[in-house]
Amino acid sequence: MRWLSEPLLAVDHLSMRFGGLVAINDLSFTVGRGDITALIGPNGAGKTTVFNCITGFYKPTSGRLALSHGGPADPAAVATLTRSDKKRTHGATPELFLLERMPDHAIASEARVARTFQNIRLFPGMTVLENLIVAQHKTLMAASDYSLGGILGLAKYRAAEHKALELARAWLEVVGLVERADDPAGDLPYGAQRRLEIARAMCTNPVLLCLDEPAAGLNNRESAELTRLLRGIRAQTGVSILLIEHDMSVVMDISDHVVVIEYGVKIADGTADAVKNDPKVIAAYLGVDDEEVAAAAAGSVRP
Amino acid sequence: MGAPADALKRALIVGLVTLGLAFPIVALRTDANFSNQLVLTQRWGLAFTLAGIAFVAAFLLALVRPVGFERTTPGKTVTSTPPHPFLRYLPYIGLAFLLAYPFIALGISSAGGTGVLKLVDTYGIQILIYVLLGLGLNIILGLAGLLDLGFVAFYAVGAYSSALLTTTFGLSFWLVLPLAGILAAFWGVMISLPVLRLKGDYIAIVTLAFAEIVRLVLVNWVPVTGGYAGISSIPKPTLFGFSLGSEPGSLPYMLGFPPSPIYRLAFMYYLVLALALAAYWVTIRLRTLPVGRAWEAMREDEIACRSLGINTVTTKVTAFAAGAFFGGLAGAFFSAHYGFISPKSFEFLESAMIVAIVVLGGLGSMVGVAIAATVMIGGTELLRELGLLKAVFGPDFDPAQYRMMLFGLAMVMLMVWRPKGLIATREPTVRLKPPATRGAPAAVPAE
Amino acid sequence: MDYFVQQLINGLTLGSIYGLIAIGYTMVYGIIGMVNFAHGDVFMLAAFIALILFLMLTQLLGVGSLGLALLVVLVLGMALTSLWGWVIERLAYRPLRGSFRLAPLISAIGMSIFLSNFVQLVQGPRNKTLEPILSNVLVIPVGDGSVTLAEKQLLIMVVTAALLGVLWYVVRHTSLGRAQRACEQDRKMAALLGVDVDRTISLTFIIGAMLASVAGLLWMTYYGVVSFSDGFVPGVKAFTAAVLGGIGSLPGAVLGGLLIGLIETFWSAYFTIDYKDVAAFSILAIVLIFLPSGLLGRPDVEKV
Ligand SMILES: Nc1ncnc2c1ncn2[C@@H]1O[C@H](COP(=O)(O)OP(=O)(O)OP(=O)(O)O)[C@@H](O)[C@H]1O
Ligand SMILES: [Mg+2]
Repeated sequence: MRWLSEPLLAVDHLSMRFGGLVAINDLSFTVGRGDITALIGPNGAGKTTVFNCITGFYKPTSGRLALSHGGPADPAAVATLTRSDKKRTHGATPELFLLERMPDHAIASEARVARTFQNIRLFPGMTVLENLIVAQHKTLMAASDYSLGGILGLAKYRAAEHKALELARAWLEVVGLVERADDPAGDLPYGAQRRLEIARAMCTNPVLLCLDEPAAGLNNRESAELTRLLRGIRAQTGVSILLIEHDMSVVMDISDHVVVIEYGVKIADGTADAVKNDPKVIAAYLGVDDEEVAAAAAGSVRP
Repeated sequence: MGAPADALKRALIVGLVTLGLAFPIVALRTDANFSNQLVLTQRWGLAFTLAGIAFVAAFLLALVRPVGFERTTPGKTVTSTPPHPFLRYLPYIGLAFLLAYPFIALGISSAGGTGVLKLVDTYGIQILIYVLLGLGLNIILGLAGLLDLGFVAFYAVGAYSSALLTTTFGLSFWLVLPLAGILAAFWGVMISLPVLRLKGDYIAIVTLAFAEIVRLVLVNWVPVTGGYAGISSIPKPTLFGFSLGSEPGSLPYMLGFPPSPIYRLAFMYYLVLALALAAYWVTIRLRTLPVGRAWEAMREDEIACRSLGINTVTTKVTAFAAGAFFGGLAGAFFSAHYGFISPKSFEFLESAMIVAIVVLGGLGSMVGVAIAATVMIGGTELLRELGLLKAVFGPDFDPAQYRMMLFGLAMVMLMVWRPKGLIATREPTVRLKPPATRGAPAAVPAE
Repeated sequence: MDYFVQQLINGLTLGSIYGLIAIGYTMVYGIIGMVNFAHGDVFMLAAFIALILFLMLTQLLGVGSLGLALLVVLVLGMALTSLWGWVIERLAYRPLRGSFRLAPLISAIGMSIFLSNFVQLVQGPRNKTLEPILSNVLVIPVGDGSVTLAEKQLLIMVVTAALLGVLWYVVRHTSLGRAQRACEQDRKMAALLGVDVDRTISLTFIIGAMLASVAGLLWMTYYGVVSFSDGFVPGVKAFTAAVLGGIGSLPGAVLGGLLIGLIETFWSAYFTIDYKDVAAFSILAIVLIFLPSGLLGRPDVEKV
């Protein structure tokens, strides 16, 4: 129950409207530090929209998204920050961020929330390695003195680039793509592209990793590998993971915490076991994919 | 079996459509007669000839490629094979040629070819100005992927500011040159700030609008810019205070060289070559820096960039500023070299020409820009001169008239047949392993 | 007062023409998200076709009735211009679907350059001036003065209104209109549901060209002068109109056209004619920057 005792991100009364369409309606849940949290729901439930609000690609119509670094947030401190017109605290512990006020790039670079996309978004014409180096933009930019030192080829920048390469190589080893490092990312097979996208997100050194359907399009063997990969990433780096997934076997297998939404409203929230027996969840999934719900309810996890 | 019949049918349709297009715009020509009334000249023969040519061409094409002339699926991936050795050495061969060019030109003219002045000026200097412009736009369009249809604005800012600074305030060219670059970069920032949130095509249109505004201001603000008359007698650059003409007191005179305009021309040639090489070198450096990689990443996928913490607004501004800087340098050089500028040199077509150079070169490839500038500018200059065509089409034939039409057509065909340009390979900015050489590929990982 | 009303009439006349061209931009943008940069030159070409057909009918074939001549020019001109529209789409844009993002726009720029230089080549670089037609004026008293409404101005407004009626019917109540709206929403989905996407796009270009052809005829009638370079500036102004009205919106294009026509006319009437094109370009930039979804367009959130 870490999402209650030690929340990393608190989503409070989040709503998002597109014209007349209410994609998310008064949604609240928390993400526990160090947890793997799954956000599930039928097609069009608003899962990706929640991700887009968290990562700043959409400005929520209303609601608060409070993230804390280095410990659970003190509710009073969050309230104070909310009343002020600031986006974040500076130098406080825990450091607080109100994501709904921050632009997308600052959410990635300051609040350290990284993400992947439902339809993979790599830099297809750049090499696998370059994809990972671009992800370390912030550190390298500072080391290059905003290009002035870099253009003169100062040693400081060269050292930083060397470190960036080492980090990239380490992540390539984790996702098994060292051999393809110098190939264009667009030439990789689908499953490898998904892994590369995760590695690229990890190169930004996030505290929260948001994965939008990482197992989509993968076969059973690849899904199982992905599960192992995600567990490994968490064990190695301690990053918290929030993932959207339709593949119930993956969800039930790795999630500490599952949040279920339908039509933008939360219908269940709890451990995987609690959620899969929830009649509301079963009802929501009936008619979507009976087999998977039945399988999930019976607790039989596909290999 | 049915291929020839199909081809014939297809060709017939093409021929008929061409006839439809040619009537009436080709078949009937309007001209004003003596009393200023419009009268028609009938040219049915020409219309039918065009339709006939289209018919034959379509027939042959359909026979060769019966499926139709659709292009194979385009892709934006770069080839993973290492570039052909020739491509790798091309920059060096090119550099050697460029350094030797004035002497080669001297050789050609003494062997009875075209005059050396023309070879160095029209072919050498003019092409290099476009290379410089192309390298500037290459940063904005080729690397950052922002279609700037108003690049000529930076060229104009550079040219007018350096002309005004030298003629009005008597500043030296060497001071004005970097100033013009900085002023143009400043304009790049000013223009880019408002367009940043716009989507691709809109950026193109707004930059076009800004460039037109700049041009219209140059035309209408007569007290400062001289309007259509432009600015003339812009002083020529000197070398350490010495003139490079042949008058007494000039450097060649003191060195005892016979009087000739070639010294100044050669000097200007090496100057613009140096500027182009500097732009080339700076771009190479920038590409391996975080800014440069962010530019390319932005071209590939802007949303992914933002998800990685890259501020795309500042990234775009830097691209505009860097590209505009080179545009400004080109403008300053242009005004000093020709000694005269007017709004005529900064029309939309000029922007289109620079865009075409960058696209033809293969977005992002600097060697490509150099080749494309040579092909396009050199090619159109050659077209102007070919006496051969006159012999074929009669003495009234003026190839220069066809220049821009063919240029437009070439842009369309380029997009259809070779959207990736001449140089479609992209050299990675960093490698984990040293590049494999052609013929001896690195061990292919077992699948 | 009468000066003001006179300018109003002139502005609305000019605006009608811009509106007709703007529809071509807005429909194409709506359906394939591309700025058809060559559309202004299609309009210029259409004006030439109208001029030549008119001369052919009156001089070569000796058609005496002005009304009949204009009607034939209208119909034949629409047919010929839509042939151009179809061919341009087929050759320069269709092969580029799925190519890289900027390819269609670059191709369109090439096409625009080709068209204007082609017309310059085959028709010569001089302005073509036609003797004025339909210049009888109605004098309407306004306040203590009076304003004039030329027959041709009346013609322009009536033809524009009638065409818009027809177009509105087509878009709202025919299967073509439905197919167009489906493609606008989601082209892949539309294709899956059996909409012939290629045909729909072709027809969109044809309709755009037809309206440009009418605009060309009206332009020729109104100004009596056409030149090969007439595609660029009116094209940009019509595009501005489409953006101002909200790109993708048909009523928006018409509204935008009328507004641009009025702004241009009043600017020239009350300020200075020198900077009238600067005004148009500035409006374009300002609207795109501060009001990118235009007056009647829907604001859209970039889908991620
Ligand atoms: N930018 C947008 N503009 C308009 N409507 C949108 C936008 N983004 C999402 N929507 C709508 O919001 C609703 C939720 O979409 P969302 O993509 O979040 O669903 P999802 O749960 O991720 O579905 P899936 O499982 O299919 O990915 C849908 O009805 C969608 O059409
Ligand atoms: Mg989704």
